[in-house]
Amino acid sequence: MAVFSINDIVIKGISCCVPKNKERNIDLDILTKEEIQKFIDVTGVEERRIASKEICTSDLCCESAEKLIKDLNWQKDEIEILVFVSQTGDYILPVSAAILQDRLGLSTNCIAFDVPLGCSGYVYGMSIIAGMMKATGLKKGLLLAGDTISKIVSDKDKSTLPLFGDAGSATAFELNENTGNFLFDLGTDGSGYKTIIVPDGGSRNRINADSLEIKIIEEGISRNSCDLVLDGMDVFGFGISQGPKTVNKLLEKYAIDKEKIDYFIFHQANLMMNKMIAKKLKLPVEKVPYSLQHFGNTSSATIPLTIVSELKDKIENKSSNLLMCGFGVGLSWGTVFVENCKIEVLDLIEL
Amino acid sequence: MEINAFLKNFADILDDTDAALITQETVFRDLDEWNSLTALSLIAMADEEYSVKLTGDDIKSSDSLNDIFEIIKNKG
Repeated sequence: MAVFSINDIVIKGISCCVPKNKERNIDLDILTKEEIQKFIDVTGVEERRIASKEICTSDLCCESAEKLIKDLNWQKDEIEILVFVSQTGDYILPVSAAILQDRLGLSTNCIAFDVPLGCSGYVYGMSIIAGMMKATGLKKGLLLAGDTISKIVSDKDKSTLPLFGDAGSATAFELNENTGNFLFDLGTDGSGYKTIIVPDGGSRNRINADSLEIKIIEEGISRNSCDLVLDGMDVFGFGISQGPKTVNKLLEKYAIDKEKIDYFIFHQANLMMNKMIAKKLKLPVEKVPYSLQHFGNTSSATIPLTIVSELKDKIENKSSNLLMCGFGVGLSWGTVFVENCKIEVLDLIEL
Repeated sequence: MEINAFLKNFADILDDTDAALITQETVFRDLDEWNSLTALSLIAMADEEYSVKLTGDDIKSSDSLNDIFEIIKNKG
């Protein structure tokens, strides 16, 4: 039962970067106007930021990190760990974290590695970085999380294209004795691994002559085997049951008073799904912010992006109690409660 | 669990379909309004009303509303 706490670590700051380029769902030609309206009503996604060919996730994260380091007045050689959470790294290998260590000018003494998780990745990443810092005494760490899912969806797939946007984030952690406390619940159900999958290109199905052949799955859904496949029905069923479950488990285990939580920041998957999770948990609407209207589902970046775009004025440098919860690809989920955090929240960066 | 209540719950998730068209024998997939998003509403309804987790396969393998009703009943 992966319910645990890590103390003496604090979040110092959060920064996010999105591509300038906007794509409006209403302009899509793979759906009729009626279908688009219904899609927007259900999912809540009106527009998304889409990276140009030249911009990768690492670029969005790099930009976020540079600004954050500057704002916090950190010295680059003080950063001893960098974790890059993404499913859209620059290359199959090496890890993008190594490239980022060099690009950011961090010390060669810095630990740097990738974690290829998606929707649950931000919370997982926090647990990894906080856990390593606490165990080893590393003083400063950077969590870079994000995805450019637009690069791996078919532009002829109405089940994925209108949902996903691109974004990168950077979160700064500091070892600070007797102050910070993180409470986590993390879990996995790999029996649902096919629910969200890119079938070809890994070592199970090496890319081959058939991989790029475009197949018509059903009306409005054509894709090749290197494109993202999303079984919306199963993801939905998973989200509405697992979301409330993981939050309740954490609240119960640590006897956390729901009332004292200022904001519940959920992975931005789909408005109907998120609203149902909030309703099942009986959360007041004003405590559950949404960013998916303007950014869609940005994978591991949804939680920091929602903080930057929706909560900056409300929580910046104010003592706040935040609960964050991510769930999806894996299938995998994670919830974290952070008490009395004072976070420097930077303005949203556009690249 | 009662079939008429289930049919009423199903009719409630639809916006533009005459409730008279919703019977035990209705092949839900043939309804004009049925699409992948209505399927999500059905999954949500099964969860809310019956605390049952319907899967994509449950829906894909069903034809009539009675099939769905039976699955929910067996899982409940």
